[in-house]
Amino acid sequence: METILDIEWVLACYADDVPANGGACVKHGNEQIAIYNFVRRGEWYATQNLCPHKQQMVLSRGMIGSEGDSCEPKVACPFHKKTFSLLSGECLSGDEFQIKTYPVRVEDGKVYIGIV
Amino acid sequence: MSQPTIVVVGNGMVGYKFCEKLVSRSAQFNIIVFGEESRIAYDRVHLSEYFNGKSADDLSLSTLSWYADNGIALHLDDPIQEINRIDKTVHSLKGTVIKYDYLVLATGSSPFVPNIEGIEKNGVFVYRTIEDLDLIRDYAANAKVGAVMGGGLLGLEAAKALIDLGIKETHVIEFAPRLMPRQIDSAGSAMLQSKLKQFGLSIHLNKSTSEIAGDDKIEFLKFNDDTSLMVDMLVISAGIRPRDELAKLAGLQTSSRGGIMVNEKMQTSDECIFAIGECALYNSMIYGLVAPGYEMADIVVAYLTGGDKFFYGYDMSTKLKLIGVDVASFGDAFVTEPECRTIVFEDTHKGIYKRINISNDGKYLLGGILVGEAEAYNILLQTVNNKILLPPNPEDLILGSRGGEGVEGAGLMSLPDDALICSCEAVSKLAICSAVNEGASGIDDIKKCTKAGTGCGGCVPLVKDLIAGTMKANGQYVKNVICEHFDYSRQELFDMVKINKLKNYDLVLDHFGKGDGCEVCKPAVASILSSLWNDVIVKQDTIQDSNDRYLANIQKGGTYSVVPRIPGGEITPDKLIVIGQVAKRYGLYTKITGGQRIDMFGAHVNDLPAIWEELIDAGFESGHAYGKSLRTVKSCVGSTWCRYGLHDSVSFAIEIEERYKGVRSPHKLKGGVSGCVRECAEAQAKDFGIIATEKGWNLYVCGNGGSKPQHAQLLATDIDSATCIKYLDRFLMFYIKTADPLTRTATWLNKMDGGIAYLKNVIINNSLDINEQLEEEMQDLVNTYHCEWKEVVENDELRKRFVHFINAPEEKDPAIKFEPMREQIKAKW
Ligand code: SRM
Ligand SMILES: Cc1cc2nc3c(=O)[nH]c(=O)nc-3n(C[C@H](O)[C@H](O)[C@H](O)COP(=O)(O)OP(=O)(O)OC[C@H]3O[C@@H](n4cnc5c(N)ncnc54)[C@H](O)[C@@H]3O)c2cc1C
Ligand code: SF4
Ligand code: FES
Repeated sequence: METILDIEWVLACYADDVPANGGACVKHGNEQIAIYNFVRRGEWYATQNLCPHKQQMVLSRGMIGSEGDSCEPKVACPFHKKTFSLLSGECLSGDEFQIKTYPVRVEDGKVYIGIV
Repeated sequence: MSQPTIVVVGNGMVGYKFCEKLVSRSAQFNIIVFGEESRIAYDRVHLSEYFNGKSADDLSLSTLSWYADNGIALHLDDPIQEINRIDKTVHSLKGTVIKYDYLVLATGSSPFVPNIEGIEKNGVFVYRTIEDLDLIRDYAANAKVGAVMGGGLLGLEAAKALIDLGIKETHVIEFAPRLMPRQIDSAGSAMLQSKLKQFGLSIHLNKSTSEIAGDDKIEFLKFNDDTSLMVDMLVISAGIRPRDELAKLAGLQTSSRGGIMVNEKMQTSDECIFAIGECALYNSMIYGLVAPGYEMADIVVAYLTGGDKFFYGYDMSTKLKLIGVDVASFGDAFVTEPECRTIVFEDTHKGIYKRINISNDGKYLLGGILVGEAEAYNILLQTVNNKILLPPNPEDLILGSRGGEGVEGAGLMSLPDDALICSCEAVSKLAICSAVNEGASGIDDIKKCTKAGTGCGGCVPLVKDLIAGTMKANGQYVKNVICEHFDYSRQELFDMVKINKLKNYDLVLDHFGKGDGCEVCKPAVASILSSLWNDVIVKQDTIQDSNDRYLANIQKGGTYSVVPRIPGGEITPDKLIVIGQVAKRYGLYTKITGGQRIDMFGAHVNDLPAIWEELIDAGFESGHAYGKSLRTVKSCVGSTWCRYGLHDSVSFAIEIEERYKGVRSPHKLKGGVSGCVRECAEAQAKDFGIIATEKGWNLYVCGNGGSKPQHAQLLATDIDSATCIKYLDRFLMFYIKTADPLTRTATWLNKMDGGIAYLKNVIINNSLDINEQLEEEMQDLVNTYHCEWKEVVENDELRKRFVHFINAPEEKDPAIKFEPMREQIKAKW
């Protein structure tokens, strides 16, 4: 069986608003979503803003980078430096955490986040 | 068929490990655990750390949800009171009855309390559970003199705990003629004793206590030799008694001296009932350590899951740090001539005693004892356990080889593959080396993929050496590289960035790195860039640590703190009023810091620019409390007011703070200036400290408070103010250029070959011929100082970054909540 998910593309902000190689937080209803402008790779990512380790709303203020030979893109929480894959949301520092990730599209300088 | 039910009695260290091992190997069982204590299993081995700031949570071995996630029913605070072996049921205190297929007894042991008159008095404690420690802590608050009965391993640990609790006078009373009679010999005990004395412990050997006297609470101890000792409290640590009462009641075979008898499959006299951990008696032995307990757990799990593994006793070698003194005993520690040849090394000056016992043919190491220095423990233990042939000069093992290849490294790599490196988790050398060959490159990696080093932690140094050894053997060059993205040490990178005049992170990464960087190299490079060029750091905000990115320290809940600079701790009434007004306007919590200034907590990120605008208008500057840079130069009031003051310490502290403010460094920097030797500014606890003398100033460097306090060392005596600043310029710049990231000056000096003598030679005698350059470089940094907050406040583009929601800049983070406390607020979290 195959399920096709309906993705709603929500306008989040302007591309210029998000600092190069860093993140910013977007409000979507009651949700907080972190988006990352990975200029070095020409890529955009989005995850939940809440760090699951100690429940802090801070991931958008974390540093981004990559890990390993495959250059897995990641964000490090500014609180205790737990790192999470921006692709899968998996915690890369050995804990069992998992964060939500969202697809991102940029058109005409506008950034859209895909909400399922 | 339905799943067999396993009931585990006791949720201590071994009971928990049993569950962990069982669920990791099979989902075939229905597991039910009963624990007498009200907490989930915790780490008893590190129990004493409860007094050094670890909470009960920190000590927990897992979480309630772990039990739930693995389908384990956990009954806490509900001991089993009866086992009915005919119906195969257990009965708990609260009335639960469960039918079991297999029963595992992991009831541990209780402290042995001798039957001495007065033992029931208030102020007499045992040392086994978190509750015991709570009781001890409460009572110690009003006690001045403490004693521990028993000079064994646990007794000495309890004595250390009493010292940590602030009991100035602590006594250890031991019945035997030496300390730690099970682990070390008389000569080792004598050495240990003299070291412990230096730490303020009074030790009484050959003493047996006849009475605990006092009205309703303990007041003094009476001994058999008619002497006595006034004490306010007593901790009993006279040995352990296996908890076999439940087993006895159920008619299982127990020993008259205590312990549930088991065979090599850990089966009791009833084949469906097992006993593991400190309650189990194997071959007339109780094993009072965790590692053998874990091994026993493993054997039962193997049995239940169809494997065949047997217990044949366990090596009781131990290494521990007692009150700062290393003590280790391994293999056959007590064998004497003529059964063996013994080599002893003693250094009474340094307090080191080492003994090794060697087979008569000189080929094998049988065992030994180390007191005062036990670095060689791991490798010696491996040498015994793996029957490694000794080198021609076995004394090298304890003296270190004098000239030629180090025996340690060589010996380590020649261990057989199955050598057990981590005994808590049963990880072999092969497992660690294979992990390295498959790409693991640091201790964290190894912990993650093999679990080695995650138990008691004792093997971590050995694991690190193995990693380095394997990498070297693979031709991988091991050095202090910054991270996976930069194959250079900080010092190398510093020089390369300087020579190539690189001014931003991306350029540095393109030139010398690979990948996209990470949270380790970004701030390290950011620090190098600012130490070199002193540019406005928020221009490259996303390579800064979070605190530097927002020029404020992030707090629990996501608010920030605001710390304006108050040089030397001197402040005018008008400025105090401004701080009060700003704090009121933005609803901030205020507190005087340990660094003689004022911290305002609880600021929303959106409010930071406005708060700073007001502060800057009133003449304040950033205090760099968020940066790896100069924090404060603490001062005492000095000669202007103090009757003892020799010079004006406040003016000098202000001059120095103004000079180095804003300078970025590998770690934070703190200074102090005191007006006389009474040292009210605590200058000797700082990275640099200046103390007035009759003739000028004494300059101390490389002190540290924090978790490993260290006094600063004297660099120069009786120098004038200008010389003092010149030396400081050189010292600070030398540190900035050569230290590893996040290394305080104390650690930097500790690692420096030649130590303070070498540093003196560089700073005072110009032995590297770099002083002129160091002074110029520092002067550049001083000249290019700017207040980072001023740059932000005056620049609309930069101000715009201080928002929580990029698409709703006016809105504050709704997740942030406060609650009232003592007429101020605190973060609700
Ligand atoms: C506010 C203050 C406590 C107070 O209320 O008194 C404080 C608060 C923090 N200290 Fe401290 N330390 C404060 C004085 C000290 C002192 C005492 C002193 O400076 O005389 C020490 C020991 C002296 C020393 O550093 O050698 C001290 C040793 C530490 C350490 C351990 C450093 C070490 O080398 O082991 C850390 C952790 C670190 O830096 O990695 C730390 C880290 C921290 C951090 C930054 C932790 C963090 O990242 O959140 C705290 C947050 C500050 C904030 O949010 O504003 N703090 N801290 C003090 C601020 C002084 C100031 O005016 O700037
Ligand atoms: C201060 C201190 C320091 C130590 N340091 C070291 C060290 O450095 N290295 C080392 O190897 N070892 C050390 N030990 C010893 C180590 O902690 C023990 O070997 C280990 O805890 C034994 O585990 P266990 O599960 O057998 O017993 P425990 O951890 O004592 O667990 C037994 C549990 O069973 C419960 N129980 C008993 N009867 C019942 C019942 N009828 N029903 C339900 N529950 C019951 C008990 O309340 C207890 O919670 C130290 C111990 C202490 C106290
Ligand atoms: S250090 Fe000296 S001058 Fe300073 S307050 Fe103390 S006694 Fe006075
Ligand atoms: S809160 Fe994110 S790592 Fe701890």
